[in-house]
Order: sequence, then C-alpha cells, then structure tokens
Amino acid sequence: MTHVFLQMLQRMRSFFAKAPLDRDLDAEMASHLDLAIEENVRRGMTVEEARRAALVRFGGVQQAREQQREERGLPWLDVLMQDLRFSFRTLGHDRGFALIAVLILGLGIGANVAVFSVVNTILLRPLPFHDPERLIRILTRDTRGGESSMTYSADAVEEFQQRNHAFQSVSGYFAFNADDNVKLIGSGQPVPLSGMIVMGNFFQTLGVEPMLGRLFLPEECLKNARPVGLLSYAYWKHQFAGNPAVVGQAVNLDGTLTTIIGVLPENFDFGSVFAPGKKADLFTPVIMTTIREWGNTLALIGRLKPGVGVGLAQAEADMLFPELDSNVQRPNQKPGYTANLLVLKDYVSGKLRRSLIVLWCAVGLILLIVCVNLSNLLLARAAARSKEFAMRSALGAGRGRLVRQLLTESLVLSAAGSLLGLGIAFGVTSYLAHQGSIALPLLSSVRLDGSALAWTVLIAVVAAVLFGLAPALRMSRSDLQDALKDSGHGASAGRKHERMRAVLVISEVALACVLLVGAGLLLRSFMRVLDVDLGFEPSRSAAISVDYGNPDTAEKARASWKEIQGRVQSLPGIEAAGISDMLPMSRNRSWGISAKGHGEYAKGELEDTFVYIVSPGYLNAIGMRLVKGRDFDWNDGFNSEKAVIINETVAKKLWPGQDAVGRIAEVNGTDARVIGVVSDVHESSAETAAGWQMYLPLSYGPVGAELVVRTKLPPATLASSVMHALREINPGQPATEFIPIQTLVDHSTSPRRFFVMLVGIFAGLGLLLASLGIYGVISYSVTRQTQEIGIRMALGASRSRVQLDVIRRTLWLALAGIAVGAVAAFGVGRLIASLLFGTEPTDPLTFAGMVLLLGTVALLAGYIPARRASRIDPMIALRTN
Amino acid sequence: MGESKLDLLQGTLDLMVLQTLAAMGSLHGYGIARRIEQISGDEVLLNQGTIYASLVRLQQRGWIDAEWGTSENNRKAKFYSITRTGRKQLAQDAAYWERLAGVMGRVLAMQNEGGGQ
Repeated sequence: MTHVFLQMLQRMRSFFAKAPLDRDLDAEMASHLDLAIEENVRRGMTVEEARRAALVRFGGVQQAREQQREERGLPWLDVLMQDLRFSFRTLGHDRGFALIAVLILGLGIGANVAVFSVVNTILLRPLPFHDPERLIRILTRDTRGGESSMTYSADAVEEFQQRNHAFQSVSGYFAFNADDNVKLIGSGQPVPLSGMIVMGNFFQTLGVEPMLGRLFLPEECLKNARPVGLLSYAYWKHQFAGNPAVVGQAVNLDGTLTTIIGVLPENFDFGSVFAPGKKADLFTPVIMTTIREWGNTLALIGRLKPGVGVGLAQAEADMLFPELDSNVQRPNQKPGYTANLLVLKDYVSGKLRRSLIVLWCAVGLILLIVCVNLSNLLLARAAARSKEFAMRSALGAGRGRLVRQLLTESLVLSAAGSLLGLGIAFGVTSYLAHQGSIALPLLSSVRLDGSALAWTVLIAVVAAVLFGLAPALRMSRSDLQDALKDSGHGASAGRKHERMRAVLVISEVALACVLLVGAGLLLRSFMRVLDVDLGFEPSRSAAISVDYGNPDTAEKARASWKEIQGRVQSLPGIEAAGISDMLPMSRNRSWGISAKGHGEYAKGELEDTFVYIVSPGYLNAIGMRLVKGRDFDWNDGFNSEKAVIINETVAKKLWPGQDAVGRIAEVNGTDARVIGVVSDVHESSAETAAGWQMYLPLSYGPVGAELVVRTKLPPATLASSVMHALREINPGQPATEFIPIQTLVDHSTSPRRFFVMLVGIFAGLGLLLASLGIYGVISYSVTRQTQEIGIRMALGASRSRVQLDVIRRTLWLALAGIAVGAVAAFGVGRLIASLLFGTEPTDPLTFAGMVLLLGTVALLAGYIPARRASRIDPMIALRTN
Repeated sequence: MGESKLDLLQGTLDLMVLQTLAAMGSLHGYGIARRIEQISGDEVLLNQGTIYASLVRLQQRGWIDAEWGTSENNRKAKFYSITRTGRKQLAQDAAYWERLAGVMGRVLAMQNEGGGQ
C-alpha cells in the first residue's frame, strides 16, 4: 500500500512542478530520438531516413508527452483548472449575464439556507440539554383551562416523584410567574427583572451545568432557608457586566437579601424552550411548603430512566395520576389528574412541524424556479454560443468534455451565488435571532452553523447540476451541421431550443402559481385572524405593571388600587383606567364556577374557568363589552354579598336560555351573585375559541396588578406622567415599561405573521422570477425573428397585428403555466389545509386573485418585447441581414 | 491508480521494463525500448514514446531510480536503474504472471479438447 501513497504524494508534487518536469521530459525525448537516429545511421540509413524511422518508431511525440503528464500529475485537477480558467473568462465576457445569474442564485440559495437554519434549529437539532431525547414534558389531557389545567399541585408532584418507576427524576417550574415580577433594589431606582421559580432539581433534570458557581442544594428548597438565586447568562452580562465576582454576593430582591450562587450557561434559554417570548433573568427555588395550599401551580418535566420508552412511562402515568391527591390533607378530594407525556422536543416544536415543513417546501420551490430560470438563461446563451461549441467539437473536444466544461461554468455561478446567499442568510439569521417579538421557540439560537454550511454546499451543487445539465446536454448534442445552419439568420432557426425554453417557462409559471396560491391562502387566513373579534379593543390600550407594596389585607389593597386608578384616570390624555391582575393573551389561571342549586354536574360539563381579578373601570379601559348588568364598584366583594361578572359562554352553559344576571354562582366554593355578563374574550390567542371566563373583585386576592389605560395618544407619550403618578403613590415602583395591549395580540399572532411574511416574500420572488423568464423567452424570440417580422411588415402586416402575435404567444405560455399550476395548487391547498384559518383550501377568491395577478404580470413581461416588435422598422430589419 | 488486474497491457509494459532493468542494469529510455523490442522479436508493437509514461509511474512508486548521465557514445541521457523495492515487486509480479500464464494455458487447452469432440 505504501507505494500508492508515495505515488499520490509524487503526483501532487508533479502538479506544482509542471514546467521543470516538462523541460526534463523534452530533453529526455530529444536524447531518445538522437540515440535512435544515431543507431539508424549506423545501420546505413541516410540522416533524413534515420530521423523519419526514429519518429515512426517513437509514435506521436505530443501523445507521449500528454501520456506521461497524465501519469505523473493530477490530470483531473489540470482539467478542472483549465475549465475554471475558461469559465471565468467566458463569464467575464458576459458580465451582465453573470451578474444576474449570481444575483438570482444568491437570493434563492440565501432564502434556502436561512430557512434551513430556522428549520434546523427548531425541528432538527436536538435541544441544548444532556440526552434530550429522554426529557419528557408532562401535560394534562385537557388543557382548555389554561395554565391551571396544565399544572399540578405540590403534593401531587411529590407523590408522583415517589411512586413512579419510569423516571430518573421528575421536576418542574412554577407556571405563574409574570414578567418583571421582581424588583432589584440597588443604589438607584429599583430595576424590574423576571424571576422564575423552579423546583430544586430542575437544572439537574435537564442536565444543565452552571457556567459559574453551583446549582441549588436540597436544603435551600426548604422553608426559611437562606434565599439563593441563579442568574441567566444574558442578565448577568447585562446587569452585572459579566462580573464573576457577583457569585457569592447577596443582592436585594423585593427587600430580601438573596445570595447569587451561580450563573447559567449561555446556551440555556428558559423562555425559548418552555414559553417562547418569556423572559427569565433569575431562578429561585420553589419552596414546596409555601405553595402546598395554592392548588395547581407546577408545570412538570421528567427525565426517563435509560431504556424506558415513552409508551411504558405513559402506561404507568395513566395508572398513577388519577390516584394523586391535590392535597394530602384532604385525601377524599381527588381532582382526577391526567397525564399526557410528550417528548420535550415534540412539545417545543411539534405544533410548528407542519408550518416549518411548508416553509421548507416553499423555499425549495423558489430554488427550483431559480434553477429553471437559470436553465432558461443558459439556453439563451447556448443559442448564442452554438458556433463556439461547433468550433470546439470540430477541433476534437468530446461531448463529455464539453458537458464538463459547461457544468464547471454552472458550478462557478452557483458557487458565487452561494457566497452571496450565505451573506444574505447570515443577515437574515442574525436578524431573526434578535427578534424577541416572534413567539417561536429556540429562535434566539438560530445561526449559521456547520450543518447550514453543508446544506449550502449541497444545494449549490444540486442547483448547478439542475440548471446546468439540461443546457449542457442540449448544447453538446447539437451536431455541427445543425449549429452551422442555425447560426445563419434563418427564419425558422432554433426551434428545438425554443421549444425547450417554452417548456421551462411554463413550468416556472406553474411553480410560481403554486407558491402564489399557497401564499394567498395563508395571507387570507392571516387577515381572517386579524379580523377576529377579540372581545376587547387592543388598539388604543396600554398596560404597565404596578407595584402596590403587597399590602396584607384586601382593604389596604383596595385603598391603593383606588388611589392608583383615581390618580391615573385624572391625568390629561387618559380616557379610562383600570387594573387587572392578569391581561388577556399573557398569563392566566383558572378556578371553577357552577350555578348554585343545580345539583351534581355530569363529568366534563363544567370547564376550568379563567379568573381575572379586576378593578371597577377595567372592562372599559381594555375595551370589553358589557352585554348585560353592570360593572363592579369599589364596594363589590367587600360587603356581605360577593359579586362576579361572567362571560357569555359561562352564562349560556350555566343558565341556558335564562338571564344570568342576578343568579347566584358558586365560585371556587363560595357563593357570588352574577352582576354582569361580558362578551367572550379570546384569552389565549385569536385563533383559539374563547373558554369560560369570570371577573372577580379585588377581595378574591389578585396576583400582581396590571394598570390598563385607554388613550388616544401614543402610550409612550404618557409613560412619564403615569410613572410620575405611580412613584408619588409608591416610591418603590420599579421602572417597568408601558406595553401596548396590541403587542400582546401581535405576540400571539407572531408565528403566523412570521410564516405568512416569509411565504409571501417567496411568492413575490417566484412571481418576479417567472416574469423574468417569460420576458427572457419572448424578448429573445422577438430578437431572433426581427427579420421575419420585418418581412411580414413589409408585406403589409400592421403594427398592432405584430404586437398581438407576440402577446398571444406570451399569453399562451402564461395560461399553460397557470393551468398546470392551478391544478397543482389544488393539491397543495389540501396539504396546507390544517394551517389555514377561516379559509377553504379551494378559496375561489384567492385562486382567482392569484391567477389574475400572475396573468397580469406575465402580460406585462410580454408586453415590453411586443412593443419592441411592433416598432421594428422593416427597412432596417431587412438591411441587417 | 492503475492497479486493476484487468489492465493487462499497462501491467505488462511495467513488468517488462522492470525485468529489463533487473537483467541489464542501468539503461536509458531508448535502450529499454530497444531491448524489449529485441527480446520480443519485434512481436510487441510498441510505440517507443509510451515507455515514458511507464517509467514515470514506476519512478513515482519508488521501484526505479533515474539519473542523468552520459551514454557510451558520449550523449547525455537519463539512465534508469531498479531499486530494492523494485526487485521485490518484480519477483511478486513475475510470480503472478507465471501463475496466470499457467492457468490461461490450462484453460485454453481445455477449450481445445472441447472443440475437438
């Protein structure tokens, strides 16, 4: 084997030492011939004869030289270098073509690489945890009641931890943390930060190691333990300037000295995995004893033991969960827990799989259109270069060699396109990674990585072969005879080329049609989503988190809420103000409600009901509509009779066919009179139907306070006056931001907006490329038929007749493409049906609109050359022959 | 890398060159070509030029050495000589050839018998 290796080395050396080796060989061959001539002369030939005989015996000198070069060097590399040099030269001659080709390819490849990076991050790449395939998210079977119905009580979690055999460890986090729920009190004004409360073994279960310091100890999760916290990497960088000395120090959080025991690694982003868009700056341990009486608060995860499948774990969970107690003190009240085990990765990206695959296909279509377009451009060049190729094959270039040369040209183009594409993709991915407003999981970790580079190389090569092969084969096949005939300016020349180009344009239009219809359907769905009556008016409202000093009694809380609302409402520019503990489309919790005196309800008849604790005036401030009854006043809840406002769904379900106002309801076990009915609010997102909702007065114990103001002015202009008022009431009010309620809505529609935007851009690109293709073909055929048109005009054809002929040809191409595309779009529409909202996959308006759009653009693309054709001066056209 | 067993022609020439050098010592390209022609009784129709591809191949594999020198009648020429690994290779290839020739002989003989019946 050594000699193979040795030879390879020698070959490489020879490759770089061509000139001296050639000189050496020439000298050697010269001496060979001299020796032969000498011997021949000795045998009695004349010098002339001797030379001739020697040359005959030697064979071709050039062949021998080539043979020896091939044997000693790297012939394929030689050929490649030659082809590359030649490609650069020919492309250099045709800069316009090269530029357009690289630009088109760059757009196509850039879009593909960017989308691949997103798909790879969300769908393909494993989660950034240790052994992520063993991580499970434990959900309930019925999640209609929001977070409260997806979580478990402390006792239930502890019981499951002890009794299960499938999990190596079970952990969770407190699911009701609001953003900016903690104040960091330092020397200046308090700074809000988002604290996340997680179970003690949370990071161990995920397999996340701290970058600095250590994780929680078991004794730090007990009541009255020394308070400790872990910082997220981003917050540590931002707030503590990445100072490692902060570990071990105590910071003042909400008035409690908390020791920072560590910093989590950079690649751990809680929000992007568990709650897209949610901030998590600081992690503190869940004190189980504290939350034992709080009901369902813990969202569960688990790590399976090695070798245990999800099926087995699910079977065990199905047995165990119904037996779990909500509270061990009350063993007779089993809440009937259920468990739905999802591999964490599926929980994170499962819902997005279809959207992402559609996106991937759309961008693949773009690449296909790009390839078809380039094929077309290359064919046009092929026609122009047919003489060159005829000449080269006449000089002895084999067909394979010609195809290789042409493919090298394609590869050079696609390599240049890839470089541009990588640049584009880099820009797009870095932009996306910093888009906090798009609620897609893991988006913050999107970047161009090794696999994206590999993907780029792959699609670059595939694209080069796709767009280069057909023209290359076509060009190398045309025999000399044909080429020579074609290059004469005959009227019917190049029909074969033309037919192939027509087929390419038709397929291009068809692909663009599919993309356009798909994008149209998604866009229409998105408009439908935006049109949904949310039950409140987000456009002119804004909210700000208010700190009211955690008063110990409901009376004191009422006093401060009343003061806050009164002060803010009287500020100039504010139409209405109100306070709620939770906002729609953000956090939520749920309790139970039933009609008093109804008796036993059937199982499943009652639903978990979203609870909002609100001040009087809140309904007005956020723009909800009171259908019946009245809003709260400040006394509601504080006199002997409790009060509740319910939404229409609850009213319809609990008191069907009757007036709910004035009835007594049982709210979480206590009686309350229904004083009003409001229209349904889409509490989770515009796309999910409204669930059961109730609004309760302050006496029920709010968790946090969000001040909502309604104003005609941009909320930002009010920020300082509102903040000033809040600071006067409570100097400890942290510098939280005004959030327009519209932001919350946008956040919930952001994934759809993201997909629509991308697919829309791709469709636009497809439209542009298709029209470019049509323009290219028609324009070329007009150029080529200049004389024919000239003759016809000389014979009396009118300008409009000529123009009409060209346009007819354009229309024929466009209509054929649209017909094929529309049929394909029917199939595609069915495939993406589940992504649509309020739109049929065969929506006639979308189809008609897109067909019209495509037809118009195609007509425009054909009109320009048609006009040119009609301007042809027969005299000039005939003279140029 | 030209190691294919079916590529008889190339292997044949390489083996002839090695054997010639082993038998004759140091020789220039023309000498090797002439020697092979003489030994084969001009049965091998060899374009002498092709020998240079073979020589560079053998040289790259380290089986022969080359050096510019002067011929007996005072001409500059490149002289080739077999190396130790070259001799080893020659022994191997020669044995292989003999085996193959033997087998081929037997096979062809069998065919002749078959054809006779």
